[in-house]
Amino acid sequence: MATKALSVFRIQRRLNRSFTVTFLLFLLLGLFGAFMALPLIYTINNAFKPLDELFIFPPRFFVVNPTLDNFYDLVVLMGNSWVPFSRYIANTLFITIVGTAGHVILASAAAYPLAKYRFPGSQALFSIVVLSLMFSPHVTAVPNYMVMSWLGWIDTHASLIVPSLAWSLGLFLMKQFMEQVPDAILEAAKIDGASEYRIFWQVVMPNVRPAWLTLMILQFPILWGSDGGSFIYSEDLKTLNYALGQITQGGIARAGVGAAVALIIMIVPMILFVISQSNVIRTMATSGLKD
Amino acid sequence: MQTDSAKPQTMALPMQLNKPSRWAQLKKELYRNRHYYILMSPYMILFFLFTVIPVVLSFLLSFFYFNLLEFPRFIGWDNYARLFLNDDVFLIALKNTLLFAVITGPVSYIACFLFAWIINELSPKIRAFMTLVFYGPSISGNVFFIWLVIFSGDSYGYLNGFLLRLGIILEPIQWLQNEDYVLAIVIIVQLWMSLGTSFLAFIAGLQNIDQTLIEAGAVDGIKNRWQELWYIVLPSMKPQLMFGAVMQITASFAVAEISIALAGFPSVNYAAHTVVTHLMDFGTIRFEMGYASAIATVLFLLMVGTNKMTQKLLRKVGE
Repeated sequence: MATKALSVFRIQRRLNRSFTVTFLLFLLLGLFGAFMALPLIYTINNAFKPLDELFIFPPRFFVVNPTLDNFYDLVVLMGNSWVPFSRYIANTLFITIVGTAGHVILASAAAYPLAKYRFPGSQALFSIVVLSLMFSPHVTAVPNYMVMSWLGWIDTHASLIVPSLAWSLGLFLMKQFMEQVPDAILEAAKIDGASEYRIFWQVVMPNVRPAWLTLMILQFPILWGSDGGSFIYSEDLKTLNYALGQITQGGIARAGVGAAVALIIMIVPMILFVISQSNVIRTMATSGLKD
Repeated sequence: MQTDSAKPQTMALPMQLNKPSRWAQLKKELYRNRHYYILMSPYMILFFLFTVIPVVLSFLLSFFYFNLLEFPRFIGWDNYARLFLNDDVFLIALKNTLLFAVITGPVSYIACFLFAWIINELSPKIRAFMTLVFYGPSISGNVFFIWLVIFSGDSYGYLNGFLLRLGIILEPIQWLQNEDYVLAIVIIVQLWMSLGTSFLAFIAGLQNIDQTLIEAGAVDGIKNRWQELWYIVLPSMKPQLMFGAVMQITASFAVAEISIALAGFPSVNYAAHTVVTHLMDFGTIRFEMGYASAIATVLFLLMVGTNKMTQKLLRKVGE
């Protein structure tokens, strides 16, 4: 049993490896790993700290007497505040789920023809998508605000959801992954008389499940962490991350609740990544930019 | 494979019909592929509406004075002249942005690759765990505000508390209100969050390297891991390396949210002001849309230009 447990830690035997260098590299990895993980561990610890530990001097990193008080306080706060706290959670869930699912479907539908066929405009469209990977959404913020107000979407959830549906990284990754789907099964489906839409939905989509999960894990945290930006004004449309900002501004009295909300915001995307990791890695293997 | 079927018919047409048939042929092509256009249309309509048209609009608006209330007034290059000759804050923002890009871009790119490369040597379970540890910060939502607690200016801040206890400093330092430190702190936090999509792409690329290539290399006289890295691993990962470069460069020019969360908006003496925060200032607070569009156009050219240049350089590696 003990040897089995230890075998997890054993380094795979590889060619041309000197022990000293391996040791030094792992030391480097460990040091930076600690740097990466400390704030995350801190968030977890903080959420379970009783109030006196949150304000102890000198500040303490780890929790000594873990308690669920902060989460109880959160539940109480949920019931009492002017806009029920559950409203923020519902808003965030709605934006995240609709935005992510819609993005996966729309990006896949656009990726399938681009990955498998050549037709007038196909290459031009794809190179525009690749070009758009080269600048951040900040560039389009000003005209986007104007487009939103023409559409009358200011202060609606559509202003957050709809633009995220056509995010270019998702289309790019999906298209690269779909190129691997063998042409033979598409031909077979065509001979059986399936329409293009049916081929897309019933043949291609089930074959690219790892890529769905990848698009999901890349899109989810962005929407989940959205604070509504400059588009949402109404209190009852605001998101969880906005509420977190309000709570932390509430100062000392809300510090415990703030720590609990921070943990919730952080942990959900991370759990999702743990579940989907192997699929995500499979998709990213095809992510390369070719000439 | 689809286009082949159309060719024989057009070849058989008599010569004099060739001219008008070019349009007819395109129309036929468009009709034959109609299902593909229909499949792509929902995504493409939104993509053009929220990405392509805004870039063009932004470029056009940068030549106008526009405050959302009055009709836009054409003013030629005035916005750009004001930007580079009359706006000291923009020059500070530009300097900071370039500094961020020069430091966080290459450092985060190398860090992404280096850690992916070391992690690749681990057994699968540990590898999965370490991937989570390094990738975690980039998807942890806006948890970077934890750094506010660490760099908090009073003695309750972790760094101050720690340094006070060690006796290195005698009184707490106002980390985030001090021009000397704030830029460095934003860079550290930016780096902490920067192991994102490209890190995953590198992990994936490393796992998919053909092992027989490495064995063959060893037979051919590769003596250590550095040679293996240089002669086999890097060349076989070129597509991922190009993709990663695009992701890291774009992110390194887009520093804004972290700067605002840590250093405030505006930051002390604009010490952590970037082109993006300058854009937000004029676009969402002062509503000088024409001027903001000029800033956006400069930002666009900076990002795309750097990306194109880097692509050219990377393409030369290993040739």
